[in-house]
Amino acid sequence: MSAKVKGSEAEEETSPEGSWEPRIIAFLCNWCSYAGADLAGISRLQYPSNIRVVRVPCSSRVSPYFIIKSLQRGWDGVLVSGCHPGDCHYISGNLVARRRFAVLKDMLEYLGVERGRVNFSWVSAAEGEWFSKVVREVVDRVRALGPAERLVKEG
Amino acid sequence: MGGNEEKIRELADRLLRDGEVDLIIGHERGTLPLRSSPCFVTDPEDLDRLIWDPTCDINLAKYLHDREEHIGILAKGCDARSIAVCASEGQVEMDKVVIIGLPCPGVISRKKIEAEMAGRDILDATVTDEKITVKGEGFEKEFPTKTFLDDSCLSCRHRNPPVYDVLIGDPLPEVADGDEYAEVDELESKSAEERWDHFVDEISVCIRCYSCRNVCPMCYCKECFVDETMPAWFGKTNEITDTMIYHLVRAIHLTGRCVDCGACSRACPMDINLRALTKKAEKIARERFNFEAGLSPEETPVLGAFKQEDSEEFII
Repeated sequence: MSAKVKGSEAEEETSPEGSWEPRIIAFLCNWCSYAGADLAGISRLQYPSNIRVVRVPCSSRVSPYFIIKSLQRGWDGVLVSGCHPGDCHYISGNLVARRRFAVLKDMLEYLGVERGRVNFSWVSAAEGEWFSKVVREVVDRVRALGPAERLVKEG
Repeated sequence: MGGNEEKIRELADRLLRDGEVDLIIGHERGTLPLRSSPCFVTDPEDLDRLIWDPTCDINLAKYLHDREEHIGILAKGCDARSIAVCASEGQVEMDKVVIIGLPCPGVISRKKIEAEMAGRDILDATVTDEKITVKGEGFEKEFPTKTFLDDSCLSCRHRNPPVYDVLIGDPLPEVADGDEYAEVDELESKSAEERWDHFVDEISVCIRCYSCRNVCPMCYCKECFVDETMPAWFGKTNEITDTMIYHLVRAIHLTGRCVDCGACSRACPMDINLRALTKKAEKIARERFNFEAGLSPEETPVLGAFKQEDSEEFII
């Protein structure tokens, strides 16, 4: 297991049983996915507590730097979620972001960062159930990969 | 190449004397054997400095940024495409540039020639379209130019400039024989772990000299993301993740913009195979967005646009 950046927000987390728990940073767009997460909450839907949410105005606000920096700081996984294509509050933010994410994901995987570390989804404000499913899926993927090591800055 | 130097000088002379341009940017003989330097001519009397042979490997589009005057510029296929990309991004005004297009059979790779020298110094060299003759203390060697071309040239798809005002020399057959994605395909066929190990190996020698960035006509940001301090996104150290991220983000920034001129690889003092990254960036633009950079100054930058039907198989 790799040592994480000391004092960083992504320090190792352990479950009550002492086993490793993945920590995942989630960038949710204000208009759809964040509201979807809210709906999951008020609907009392269960999903794993491994995600830490950062609310952003739009998925296109998420610069590749956010994602790469998260990996370097030792987050085990990243989730970026926005409105479905066509539903963007800013008309086409998510469509511009989609191209950027495609390039980033292809390049990261080409470098050798495992598929499944960085994930993207569309969740609308009405899809609380879908949000909880997405989180479960992402947590399963990252758990299967184990703690992040590649691109993680040591020391 | 092909004895076109005289024609280039004649045209440049006319352009300067007619006042159509204030400056000619071309290549001149470098101070070291096998090297050329960029050459800036404002006085017609100086035009005999201009050369055009397989040592002219510099991408001159780099020198068009932030210029006020009208410029005549010599452009190989890759230079012309770089100019087109810069124009499409609003960095170069096409009205102020006269592109002197030069069909290019390829430029030489100094690294390949030096590898044949077993550490001996080359003191003098002559290069023609057919052969390279190098001389040093107590030896003289000859190589066929064709087999010592740069890797980018071996699989070049645009040997004739797609954009130009005047073309000097006869157009060449468009497609070179090499398999341009052979290396990328091979890496892609490996496991993520093998690829990671490969790139760690390759990139760990990087000394962060930024030569690759400094020769690249597409790297014109006033402040590069690695130099930013507010916020300081990424570290400036030789630590492997910092270096990896520099090369990763550079490749991302070049997606749909890189024309595979190979200048970065040729400039690298540590001999890092940067083409393995830029070629992948180019491949992503082609396969995902059906886009090839630099074919027209009017094209829309690929990451500044979108289509409703863009692929999204990677979305959960």
